[in-house]
Amino acid sequence: MTHLGYLLSGWGIALGVLAIYALRLVRRGRRLSARVPPAHRRWMQSPGTSGD
Amino acid sequence: MDILATESRITTGSRGTRLLGLAALAGVLALLVFAFVLTDPDVRTHPTSGEEFGQFDAVRLLYLHVPMAILTYAAYALCAAASAGYLLRRTPWWDVTAHAAAEVGTLVCALVLVTGSIWGRPVWNTWWEWGDVRLMTTLLLFLLFLGYLALRRAAVDPESAARPAAVVALVAVLDIPLVNRSVEWWENRTLHQKSTLAELKIEDLTLFTLVLGIVVFGLVVTWLLLHRFRVGWLERAEVTHGIDRAIAERRGVASTTGVDSTVGQTREES
Amino acid sequence: MREVLADLSLVAAKDLRIEFRSRVLANQVAPFALLVLVLFGVALDADQRTLRSFAPGLFWVAVLLCALLAVQRSVAVERADDAVVGLRLSGMSPSALFLGKATAVLVQLLVLEVLLTGGIIVLYRSSVEDVALLVLTGLTAGVAVAAAGTLYGAMAAGLGVRETLLPILLLPVLAPVLIGATRAFDDALGAAAVDGWAWLVLLAGLAVVLTLVGALAYRVLVED
Repeated sequence: MTHLGYLLSGWGIALGVLAIYALRLVRRGRRLSARVPPAHRRWMQSPGTSGD
Repeated sequence: MDILATESRITTGSRGTRLLGLAALAGVLALLVFAFVLTDPDVRTHPTSGEEFGQFDAVRLLYLHVPMAILTYAAYALCAAASAGYLLRRTPWWDVTAHAAAEVGTLVCALVLVTGSIWGRPVWNTWWEWGDVRLMTTLLLFLLFLGYLALRRAAVDPESAARPAAVVALVAVLDIPLVNRSVEWWENRTLHQKSTLAELKIEDLTLFTLVLGIVVFGLVVTWLLLHRFRVGWLERAEVTHGIDRAIAERRGVASTTGVDSTVGQTREES
Repeated sequence: MREVLADLSLVAAKDLRIEFRSRVLANQVAPFALLVLVLFGVALDADQRTLRSFAPGLFWVAVLLCALLAVQRSVAVERADDAVVGLRLSGMSPSALFLGKATAVLVQLLVLEVLLTGGIIVLYRSSVEDVALLVLTGLTAGVAVAAAGTLYGAMAAGLGVRETLLPILLLPVLAPVLIGATRAFDDALGAAAVDGWAWLVLLAGLAVVLTLVGALAYRVLVED
C-alpha cells in the first residue's frame, strides 16, 4: 500500500479526535446530570419551568 | 420504569442515542473495511505512454475527507437555521441547537482541513494551496466560527450571548458566497475541480464507499450533536437551578423546613 | 427617511466632535498607521520594487488594523457613563444610531486612508495611475469596513470583552473586502495587471450587504 504514513495519520487523527471529543461530551454530561435535579433534566422543557 | 429510563437520569444518553452510537461505531468499522480492503487504489494508465499515474492509495483518504467536508457544511447550515429560528422564536431550544451545531461543525471542519492537507501533500505535492477556492472558503469559514465559539465562551451569562451569537452565525454563513466569489476571482484557478472527483475514475464500489462514508459520518455527527445539545441544555438548567437554589436558601434562613425538595433529592443521589 | 438622516448626522456629528476634542485619532491612531507602514518596510527588508508591488496589500492590512482601533474607540465613547442608554432613550431608531456611528468611523477611516496613501507614495514609491479608481475603492471599502466594524464592535462591547474578541470576530468577515480592495488598488497603483473596476463592483456589493445586514442586526442587538 502506498502513502501508508499519510493514510494512517489522516484516519488516525480524524477518528482519534472524534473519539476524544465524544468521550469528553459523555463525561461532561454525566457530571452535569448529577448536579441538575431531575425536574430540570428533561430535554424539551424550558429551563425556567419546573415539574414534569 | 425500565433500566434505560433510570439510567438516563445520570447520563445524557437515552435508548435512542445508544442505538445510534452503536450503529455509528459499526458503520465506522464497515467503512474502514470498505476504504482499506474492498476498494482498489486509484491507478490509471496513460493512453499513449502507458505510464501509471493517479492518486494510488492516497485516494483512501477521500472516503474520510469528502464526507466530513459535506457534513461540516451541513452542520453550519443547521447552525444558521437554528440561529434564524432563535431570532424569530427566542426560545432556548434554538439557541442551544445553534451552539451545538457550531461546536460540532467547527471540530469536523478542523478535521477536514487537516485531512485535506495530509491528502494534498502526496497528491498535489503541497500541504496548502493558496488560491484554491474551496480551501480558502473552508479556512475562512473555520476562522469565522472560531470567532463564534470565542464569543460564546467569553459571555459570562449564556443568555446574553444568544442574540449576538445568532447574528454572528448568520453573517458568517451569508459571507460564504462572498468569500467564495472573491477567492475565485482572486486566483482564477482551483486544484479541486481538475484533480479530484471529476477526474477520479468513479466505479460503483468507489461511489458506494463515498456514500457509505457520508451516511456513517452523518450518524457520528448526529450522535455528537444530540449529546452536545443535551450538555448545553444541562448547562442552562444548572444556571437556572443555581438561581432557584440561591432563592430557596434565602427563604430557608427564615423557615428552615421550606427548602426546595428537589435540592435535597440531588444531594442524596450524588 | 428624512428623520433617519437627521438622526444619523446627529450621531455622526456627536462622535466626530468627541473625536476632534479628544484627538485620539490624530495622537494615537494616525501615528500607529504610519508605524505599521514602517514596520512592514523593515520586516520585509525589501528593495523598493518588492515594496511597491506589495504596497496595495500592506495598505489595506494597515487600514484594517487601524479600523480595529477606531471601532474600539467608537465603542468606548458609548460605554463611558453608559451614554448608550441615553441614546436609546432618545427614541432614535437603532438603524439610524448604527448608520450614524458607522458614518463617524467611515470619516475617520477616510482620513487614515489619505494619510496612508501619502505614506505608500513616499515610503514605498507607489505611483497613482488611476485616481478615480483609487478614490472610489477607498470610499467603498471604507463603507464596508466601517459597517462591519460598527456592528461587531457593538456586539463585543455588549459582552464586555471588546479588546480581545473584536479582531477574531471582525477580521474573517472582512477577508473578502481585503481581497477586493487589494486587487482594485493593484490596478489603481499599477502594481499588477488586473481589472480593478470589476473588483470595485464586488466591493460595492459587499458594502451594500454589510450596511444592510448591520442596520438590521443592530436593531436585534440593542433591543430590550
